[in-house]
Amino acid sequence: MTTRIDTRFAELKKQGRSAFVTFLMAGDPDLATSLEIIKALPKAGADVIEIGMPFTDPMADGPSIQAAGLRALNGGMTLKKTLELVRGFRKGDDATPIVLMGYYNPIYIYGVDKFLSDAKTAGVDGLIIVDLPPEEDEELCKPALKAGLNFIRLATPTTDDKRLPAVLANTSGFVYYVSITGITGAAAADSTAVSEAVARIKRHTKLPVCVGFGIRTPDTARAIASHADGAVVGTALVDALRGSLDSQGRATAKTVNAVADLAASLAQGVRGAQQAAE
Amino acid sequence: MNIAKPNSYRSGPDEGGHFGIFGGRFVAETLMPLILDLEKAYAAAKADPAFQAEMNGYLKHYVGRPSPLYFAERLTEHLGGAKIYFKREELNHTGSHKVNNVLGQIMLARRMGKKRIIAETGAGQHGVATATLCARFGLECVVYMGAVDVERQQPNVIRMEMLGAKVFPVQSGTRTLKDAMNEALRDWVTNVHNTFYCIGTVAGPHPYPTLVRDFQSVIGSETKVQMQEVEGRLPDSLVACIGGGSNAMGLFHPFLDDPTVEIFGVEAAGHGLTQLHAASIAGGRPGVLHGNRTYLLMNEDGQIQDAHSISAGLDYPGIGPEHSWLHEIGRVKYLSATDDEALEAFQLLSRLEGIIPALEPAHAIAKVMELAPKRPKDHLMVVNLSGRGDKDVPQVGDILKGKKK
Repeated sequence: MTTRIDTRFAELKKQGRSAFVTFLMAGDPDLATSLEIIKALPKAGADVIEIGMPFTDPMADGPSIQAAGLRALNGGMTLKKTLELVRGFRKGDDATPIVLMGYYNPIYIYGVDKFLSDAKTAGVDGLIIVDLPPEEDEELCKPALKAGLNFIRLATPTTDDKRLPAVLANTSGFVYYVSITGITGAAAADSTAVSEAVARIKRHTKLPVCVGFGIRTPDTARAIASHADGAVVGTALVDALRGSLDSQGRATAKTVNAVADLAASLAQGVRGAQQAAE
Repeated sequence: MNIAKPNSYRSGPDEGGHFGIFGGRFVAETLMPLILDLEKAYAAAKADPAFQAEMNGYLKHYVGRPSPLYFAERLTEHLGGAKIYFKREELNHTGSHKVNNVLGQIMLARRMGKKRIIAETGAGQHGVATATLCARFGLECVVYMGAVDVERQQPNVIRMEMLGAKVFPVQSGTRTLKDAMNEALRDWVTNVHNTFYCIGTVAGPHPYPTLVRDFQSVIGSETKVQMQEVEGRLPDSLVACIGGGSNAMGLFHPFLDDPTVEIFGVEAAGHGLTQLHAASIAGGRPGVLHGNRTYLLMNEDGQIQDAHSISAGLDYPGIGPEHSWLHEIGRVKYLSATDDEALEAFQLLSRLEGIIPALEPAHAIAKVMELAPKRPKDHLMVVNLSGRGDKDVPQVGDILKGKKK
């Protein structure tokens, strides 16, 4: 099976550059604005788009992303509407990979099989589910692979060489390396440590390795992208979005551009990176 | 529901930490290596007689065990049915059953070389127990507590601070126990290298539900022996309140394979089951939160709903996974008591027995008031008096004053 994710990373490899991966919360602050923002991202330079599925209790997320999820939920966002959002995006873009990221409970309640088939039809390419380690692969990972969706696993600094094979076993699309032990939006990772970690993971897999957590500026994005196949930015974009809202938390005329402009400058950072020699 | 009855109700969980479909290990990858280490460390400790001997020493001389089994004569007379006994967990050092589990976990943490302990707390009883043992063993202690609970359980906040713990009021979400647990998990993900997470109830990722149950089972094991001593036989029924369900599991577990013993868990029905409440089994369904699959309060989209109980210790939208399993196979009956019923039981017990209970076990007493009169006079009923009410005195005082006005 070849997904949009596989195709995209193959293209990037040919061009000799790393991916710029963006994260935003579905429905933040409302469905229509969220769709407009996501539509603007490929033009701003996003190579892969991660969309958060809002959840009331995001135990691995920092305050920014937690607040984004609550804004979305307060605006009436649901998992069903998240899939609508992806469908809306797909009408104008059939190439940019979409990865849904979140926690398992809303999917479990939606029904795993129904979710996988609806997600595939909507144009979703991959899933990152924070609270499903390899020990729980029967729940969603294996059914997702069967349904033709990539299941992207998180590897972390605590994932040692002994554990890495288990983490990578059913991973596809790319590996998401969480560069710090901590929540989203925490301090930036040290680029030397990241480079060593990426090299370590690459000894175990041929999959692209993208790095996230703690990347906020074009400079850090450039530094990370020179060591990895992709740099993921979430909290900084979510913060830019929040900064554009009115006092009631509603979108303003500035909202879409606030996110797109930051994305464009981060994309410049990523594109300026000298990719690590293979 | 047609579920085959197991040969033993006490053999769970399986290797992956499952009780039927419940339990499991639903946590971020960062935590997985730690959880696997903990599982190994616990298996080794369990097999080490020195660990058990050391723990028994502290249980006896520091906690004050065994806790008495007390015949509640005036309550029995008043209700006019079953003979009611209290398992006096409120007489333990720190004032509740929580200390049994914390002692076990702190001893594990020491074996694992961890110097920093974090905990979440609702009513503050688990926080106080954790702060106490951290003081005793010279460990750094950080307690996460919902800001609402910090407000309504002030005496315990002051106590924790006196014991040297740092208490962080959690401002996110509903600012109660569930959010304190989220915040503790965030801390753990961040400080995974030096930190031990001391979970306060029989929930969370495997192996927590098992090890907390094992440490609390001292309650039921003692009850068995004490009941033999005073009545020469097993009790006929057991009653305990349930938030996450650790005091209940501790009392129930040693009796699960005794078919003549009826077992009742009492959830918090808050303002009533059709309104705001914290009864996950009566008003919830299976879902995944805080590292395990279990009964949860949630909406149709799988978003976790706010729980409500007058008792901060029961104010949680989930329940331990083993309880969910015991419910589905029908071994334990789960009932619920409202805020008002608990308040009434709180007052009744204070006046009849001279025991001011915590609001948590007042929920169990509320159901005893219903169950006991319907049972014959030779029926032996044991209620777990899981905590004392000192911490609730200001809150209940305010409520009662408000009612008088």
